[in-house]
Amino acid sequence: MSSLLEVKDLVIKFGLRTGDVTATTGVSFTIEKGEKLGLVGESGAGKSVTGFSIIVLISKPGYVADGHILFKGTDLTKISSEEMRNIRGNRISMIFQDPMMTLNPVLTIGTQMTETLLAHNPKMSMKEASEIALEKLRKVHIPSPEKRLEQYPHEFSGGMRQRIIIAIALITDPEIIIADEPTTALDVTIQAEIMDLISELCETEDMGFILITHDLAVVASVTENIAVMYAGRIVEKGRTRDVIDNPQHPYTKGLIKALPEGAKGSNRLNQIKGMMPTLTNIPDGCAFNPRCPYVMDICKTDEPSLIQVKGMDTQAACFLCKEEVFTNE
Amino acid sequence: MSNNEQSLLSVRNLYKRFDISGGLLDQIKFSGGKFSREITLVKALNNVSLEIKQGETFSVVGESGCGKSTLGRTIMGLYPPNSGEIYFNGDRLDQLSPKEMLPYRSRMQMVFQDPYASLNPRKTIKQTLEEPLKYHNPQMNAGELRDRVEEVLLQVGSDPKWVTRMPHEFSGGQRQRISIARALVVDPEFIVADEPISALDVSIQAQILNLLMDAQEQRNLTYLFVAHDLSVVEHISTNVAVMYLGTVCELADTKLLFEDPKHPYTMALLSAIPRLDGKKSERLKLTGEVPTPINLPTGCVFHGRCPYANSRCIAEIPELKTHSDGRKIACHAVEEERIR
Ligand SMILES: Nc1ncnc2c1ncn2[C@@H]1O[C@H](COP(=O)(O)OP(=O)(O)OP(=O)(O)O)[C@@H](O)[C@H]1O
Ligand SMILES: Nc1ncnc2c1ncn2[C@@H]1O[C@H](COP(=O)(O)OP(=O)(O)OP(=O)(O)O)[C@@H](O)[C@H]1O
Ligand code: SF4
Ligand SMILES: [Mg+2]
Ligand SMILES: [Mg+2]
Repeated sequence: MSSLLEVKDLVIKFGLRTGDVTATTGVSFTIEKGEKLGLVGESGAGKSVTGFSIIVLISKPGYVADGHILFKGTDLTKISSEEMRNIRGNRISMIFQDPMMTLNPVLTIGTQMTETLLAHNPKMSMKEASEIALEKLRKVHIPSPEKRLEQYPHEFSGGMRQRIIIAIALITDPEIIIADEPTTALDVTIQAEIMDLISELCETEDMGFILITHDLAVVASVTENIAVMYAGRIVEKGRTRDVIDNPQHPYTKGLIKALPEGAKGSNRLNQIKGMMPTLTNIPDGCAFNPRCPYVMDICKTDEPSLIQVKGMDTQAACFLCKEEVFTNE
Repeated sequence: MSNNEQSLLSVRNLYKRFDISGGLLDQIKFSGGKFSREITLVKALNNVSLEIKQGETFSVVGESGCGKSTLGRTIMGLYPPNSGEIYFNGDRLDQLSPKEMLPYRSRMQMVFQDPYASLNPRKTIKQTLEEPLKYHNPQMNAGELRDRVEEVLLQVGSDPKWVTRMPHEFSGGQRQRISIARALVVDPEFIVADEPISALDVSIQAQILNLLMDAQEQRNLTYLFVAHDLSVVEHISTNVAVMYLGTVCELADTKLLFEDPKHPYTMALLSAIPRLDGKKSERLKLTGEVPTPINLPTGCVFHGRCPYANSRCIAEIPELKTHSDGRKIACHAVEEERIR
């Protein structure tokens, strides 16, 4: 059986005048039905470009240079744009950080919802489409949805607008939702409400969910699996609880310790020295080596690959981690 | 000098409204056969009172638009209040002319959220840092200015060689260090830090927060800190005021507030914080829509979303009352002991 989504050795490049730069290398992960995966990392780590490339929406000068994106066994990097249109926004939906990237300010919510639906189901009647739109608005807990269908985006609060975006993303009953910082601009009370809503939907609709965020606490409270990105690479991957309680990669350790919760009673926070490299000056060897407190000689010359850590369910890309050796019994 | 109990900054019954009616033509409305003039006011601060003690970090939290930045800016004299009083070290500030305000300008400084917008893109770091210094210390010569700028840059963990460079050559975290250096260079006693770390990555946030805490320790600085990351607020604050629609609903010692919130809005806010340990606290869920500060609700500003609201809450504004443990709460349900 193939996975719901399998991303294999994804390499994304940007073709710049000065030559190509690599935004992600060797990014691999899978997600199954009903699974929630958190893709975390700091600004510029390559989270958004990874998310966009799954729906083959990476914009020029970016392109997928290598690797595979298998959606139920079909390689999305190989199909025609015609076929992709049938998948994007239909079987795989994406929620963007800025609601205005999805919503058209001059159309009512109702029109926007039914248009999406009719575009993917030409045989559907308008009446049927409106029924479904209503049902989805109810699902995201919008009060008096009949009235709301007639309204324009500016008539909603930020939190409501984000819920409407979720309703639009849901309207075609997608199998996967990819959400890029869906609550970053919102207040914590609304964030909690929206995260509850998405979790509920993953459970009832058996939907796969990829949550892209820089916020480890949100990932901890929502997802069961996590992939930590640094400078275009996945440096650690595993069950969310395992990774947060017992991080293996020095970057993950540093990130968790840098949070106030990681200060362990001390007044001072644990900072990671330096900053993430830009795409044009990624260091040789391990991309994290100039900032790593445990750096060794080998880290400066060789790049560690993601290995299964001995005795754990976690994978990490660090020379300090001992590899689990599997033997055929 | 002042004893520990005396406040460095006091705000009493502060009101701030913004007139957003536009020009006279926009204000004229025709209805019921008559022309009338309509004024639209944003009621950004409604009877805010607080005391900030020397050397403490006093944080203000609450949802977007509740008036946190307006409070900071009004205290700094960037907006004139509509009524109320602001005292700094016992001196009343809110009625001073710009000229009379001058001596206080160097004692009170502000750090803004956006490290990209808050530095002048056409000025070198040297100009950015020396100008306020020269302005407040006309007697300083070139050598003294240079030394002072170098000292401050070192203090914020930056390279003094940066002085010849322009803001665009720096990352967000580096720019925020320079903004903090600019605030520190005139040796202030009080700093309003409005979301100073919100635009930065976690690993850089830790650097900036450490820097702020170090500066506080070395100079006995007092902070008014605005942040939306509540775990950061819990970590660095002495006292916290929770605001809703321009009103303080609860004000308490940080530990007390986070361990045992009393006001229903504080409970809702704190119970919604996502936690690294993944544990879900019993959430107090809010119903209803956030009202606008243009049409303030009657009575308690929170009543439309409050699970404890009754008819008194709709009619009567709850007063911010001090309790025996020192905390202040504005809620009828707490006063009536419906919430304990
Ligand atoms: N159109 C583009 N041209 C050139 N480089 C780009 C382009 N879009 C993104 N990049 C680069 O690709 C890298 C990854 O960017 P991406 O947007 O995926 O980061 P991210 O992890 O989503 O960060 P953030 O948290 O800031 O959203 C960054 O170094 C970015 O500068
Ligand atoms: N200069 C202004 N003119 C008109 N209205 C304003 C002005 N500044 C603020 N407001 C309004 O006053 C209210 C309080 O705004 P303020 O910026 O103080 O909120 P805040 O708590 O800082 O929010 P955020 O967390 O989003 O920064 C809002 O309704 C805002 O739209
Ligand atoms: S005063 Fe009433 S409405 Fe306001 S918070 Fe208390 S119980 Fe709720
Ligand atoms: Mg992004
Ligand atoms: Mg603000």
